[in-house]
Amino acid sequence: MELPPKVKNILLLDSEGKRIAAKYYSGDWPTNTAKEAFEKAVFSKTQKTNAHTEVEVTALENNIIVYKFVQDLHFFVSGGEEENELVLASVLQGLFDAVNLLLRGNADKREALDNLDLIFLCFDEIIDGGIVLETDANVIAEKAGINSIDPNAPLSEQTISQALATAREHLTRSLMK
Amino acid sequence: MAQPYVKKDDDHDDELEYSPFMGIEKGAVLQEARVFNDAQVDPRRCSQVITKLLYLLNQGESFTKVEATEVFFSVTKLFQSKDTGLRRMVYLIIKELSPSSDEVIIVTSSLMKDMNSKIDMYRANAIRVLCRIIDGTLLTQIERYLKQAIVDKNPVVSSAALVSGLHLLKTNPEIVKRWSNEVQEGIQSRSALVQFHALALLHQIRQNDRLAVSKLVGSLTRGSVRSPLAQCLLIRYTSQVIRDMSNHGQSGERPFYEFLESCLRHKAEMVILEAARAITELDGVTSRELTPAITVLQLFLSSPRPVLRFAAVRTLNKVAMTHPMAVTNCNIDMESLISDQNRSIATLAITTLLKTGNESSVERLMKQITNFMSDIADEFKIVVVEAIRSLCVKFPLKYRSLMTFLSNILREEGGFEYKRAIVDSIVTIIRDIPDAKESGLLHLCEFIEDCEFTYLSTQILHFLGIEGPNTSDPSKYIRYIYNRVHLENATVRAAAVSTLAKFGFMVESLKPRITILLKRCIYDSDDEVRDRATLFLSVLGGDGTVDTDKDSTEFLFGSLEVPLVNMETSLKNYDPSEEAFDINSVPREVKSQPLAEKKAQGKKPTGLGAPPAAPASGFDGYERLLSSIPEFASFGKLFKSSSPVELTEAETEYAVNVVKHIFDNHVVFQYNCTNTIPEQLLERVNVIVDASEAEEFSELTSKALNSLPYDSPGQAFVAFEKPAGVPAVGKFSNTLTFVVKEVDASTGEAEDDGVEDEYQLEDLEVVAADYMVKVSVSNFRNAWESMNEEDEHVDEYGLGQRESLGEAIKAVIDLLGMQPCEGTETVPSNARSHTCLLSGVYIGNVKVLVRAQFGMDSSKEIAMKLAVRAEDASVAEAIHEIVANG
Repeated sequence: MELPPKVKNILLLDSEGKRIAAKYYSGDWPTNTAKEAFEKAVFSKTQKTNAHTEVEVTALENNIIVYKFVQDLHFFVSGGEEENELVLASVLQGLFDAVNLLLRGNADKREALDNLDLIFLCFDEIIDGGIVLETDANVIAEKAGINSIDPNAPLSEQTISQALATAREHLTRSLMK
Repeated sequence: MAQPYVKKDDDHDDELEYSPFMGIEKGAVLQEARVFNDAQVDPRRCSQVITKLLYLLNQGESFTKVEATEVFFSVTKLFQSKDTGLRRMVYLIIKELSPSSDEVIIVTSSLMKDMNSKIDMYRANAIRVLCRIIDGTLLTQIERYLKQAIVDKNPVVSSAALVSGLHLLKTNPEIVKRWSNEVQEGIQSRSALVQFHALALLHQIRQNDRLAVSKLVGSLTRGSVRSPLAQCLLIRYTSQVIRDMSNHGQSGERPFYEFLESCLRHKAEMVILEAARAITELDGVTSRELTPAITVLQLFLSSPRPVLRFAAVRTLNKVAMTHPMAVTNCNIDMESLISDQNRSIATLAITTLLKTGNESSVERLMKQITNFMSDIADEFKIVVVEAIRSLCVKFPLKYRSLMTFLSNILREEGGFEYKRAIVDSIVTIIRDIPDAKESGLLHLCEFIEDCEFTYLSTQILHFLGIEGPNTSDPSKYIRYIYNRVHLENATVRAAAVSTLAKFGFMVESLKPRITILLKRCIYDSDDEVRDRATLFLSVLGGDGTVDTDKDSTEFLFGSLEVPLVNMETSLKNYDPSEEAFDINSVPREVKSQPLAEKKAQGKKPTGLGAPPAAPASGFDGYERLLSSIPEFASFGKLFKSSSPVELTEAETEYAVNVVKHIFDNHVVFQYNCTNTIPEQLLERVNVIVDASEAEEFSELTSKALNSLPYDSPGQAFVAFEKPAGVPAVGKFSNTLTFVVKEVDASTGEAEDDGVEDEYQLEDLEVVAADYMVKVSVSNFRNAWESMNEEDEHVDEYGLGQRESLGEAIKAVIDLLGMQPCEGTETVPSNARSHTCLLSGVYIGNVKVLVRAQFGMDSSKEIAMKLAVRAEDASVAEAIHEIVANG
């Protein structure tokens, strides 16, 4: 069977190997336990490597895994043994740069969790059912980063309590930093 | 999520642990989701709740059917909001919830509206969502919109439709195939990704039409594809076309090779790699074709990007298996990769070097690896050790430096799997290279002086017992072995005692001293150690003369001929009584894994159909069953029972399978019948067997089944007489005869009057393999050598074209009905030749060993060289006859 390049999963783990977001496109890991076991194996295998500058690569259980880290965020993209590493790497790079753009350059676990909706949208824009949908970071970020304020609803229509809630949230955030 | 309180405390202590999802809980979020139903939708709040739901799903939480349905219905209400951000989240959650087909109706109209929206983002996403949840009938309704979308001027919309087409092709191929024209247009698109998706879909649509694929590739290779991803695809399709063409006997200049080669000069590295890999994987690639590909891969080896280095070295590693010479040019670049930061790359580089290295470079290489070994993980080390083992077999003269290397790493820290790989390698080298024996054994002796793994210690002691006595100075091993008796746990002590005894038995000069050592062991604290010491002392006789008794040799060096499982069962069943336990009473049949039976059951979920004879399956069960039937009691000992052979199709009215029981003078067919019709009761069930095509058999007796109610299996038997000890073969046709009685469904009572009827069953054959019992031997080589070499029969056979070596080997194993030994029935994936070792016992209790060598040429023609050794020369001939006729 000659199929187009397939991505088996995309993982975003934190510096302890805990899942921040993950999307599986292959039936190789049917249960959540299997998925967690895979994530643990991937994490412990790559933990000690330095993937902060270049995309790194390794093989695990007949899968090729490319990965890149920034701060306490660990990005992984896996594909089958026969897959073209450079295709996987371009997917990873697209994801990595898009997330960086969306988090305005300060990508770390906290920002990622605060903007988890954007991360999910990013995943959705990169791969559709295992097939590469887009690899250009700018395009992905643009598509995922749609401003959540409705263009048709002017600011005045926000209720007072809404406005207050927004203000309070901004204040707490700036205090916690 | 389980302990929100504890986590919250941490939260306050440690600001870093802050998370917006701290202490989040499914029940609470589902409550929150009610906000979707509010008359005035609050987009911001709703988006947050959807994110929370997605977070829960993403963390592995699952929603019950009811919960999912409820969320789904309330989410659909959010379509009334015009907030684009919220709409995106709604799309996402619908895909995650994967609603059932009756629920889908609710959203289709909303999604179809979005599909025709002016906003590109809505169109693209609505298509993706709709295609993910839709079924065939709905698909026909939206088909024209999808066709339109494929040629949409916005590439995002177009890609969404094409990718959805790729997914839909699996479920609704006939519909998607109608989109060819639009897809074709997509290939000409200026957008790189649209081109890629269109090419993928067009190929999928045409994949079964070889000519069309060939045409497609032919037209595109002339260069209109711009996207690197599409170009990679095109390369994959091209190699497929090349493969198909060579399969169909078109010879001459390889078509499309030029295209592949031109791709090596593409500006995208992705394409270069794909092309280089495609070239190296061509069937029967010549070194002239390989060279340009190897050259670009060599350039990649020194790239600053790890992914490129990895890809290159991985490809070269594969090439080195088949064309080691082609890769030698890269050796210098490869050597510098041994110190690569990325250990995966370093390991691949080393194993490649070990494959391509020539005899003169071995020493230098070993030195480099020594520095490298200390800082890689065990799993990498095992790969290296295995590569060294094969290198040693390739260059026997270099065993000294390789053995030194292995013994050095054996002394270092390491886990069990790693140590075992090293020990296995040393053992292989000792076996294959006689010169390496003495030094190898000493290395192993030193290792067990300080070995924390009981399993390895006992294995090595056993091996020492076999190899040690034949060395020039056996006495030097005694110290190491006897030390174990003092220093180790009971298992190792017992193994050491056995090994000592072997030395005492084989080496006359050592016997008195060994006897003294063994005498000390009879005061050991462990029963097993004492028992063994006492036993061996009596075998050794203690009188100073060498006992050449054959029984003792057999006892000490022979392997247990019965499978351990069977031995265990027999011993458990044995009542301590006057009669001594007879090892010959232990069945020798290797229990076939009950896997096949399980599969058979799996096919019939209702539990109907011929069952695998629950009360009497397995050799023991059959033996008990048959001896309990007076008619068959006089037939003697059961030699073999076949696995059940189905005589009916699955899901017919009556399910019948047959088990063939082979005795010395007789054959008994056991028909397991099941009645699958609740409204019927069968009586006087008998099988009429026509043996006109089985001349050597004559029917002796048959035993009918009196009554066969619905779904409760029963057995009928037919016995045949055949010439004693002869592997007679033949074909039998079977007809089931019975009396049918109607059963009243309400009362379950049968009517009094029945109708006679018959039912044609499939034919049954007794074949040569039925006379062969699968018996494994623990050490094939020893067993092989202990058989008379002069009785060996060798012949060669052509097996014709086969899919793969593995298939040919399986066919031969099935034909002979023998037990594959030492895992030789599995073939490495791209091997061109393989040796398979088989053992079995032929009727008349004749031990047979077979060594079958297989080879495959480029046209998949398979040749086999079959060497047979048997205790009886005529049996060896018979085996060849089976193969010749099979």
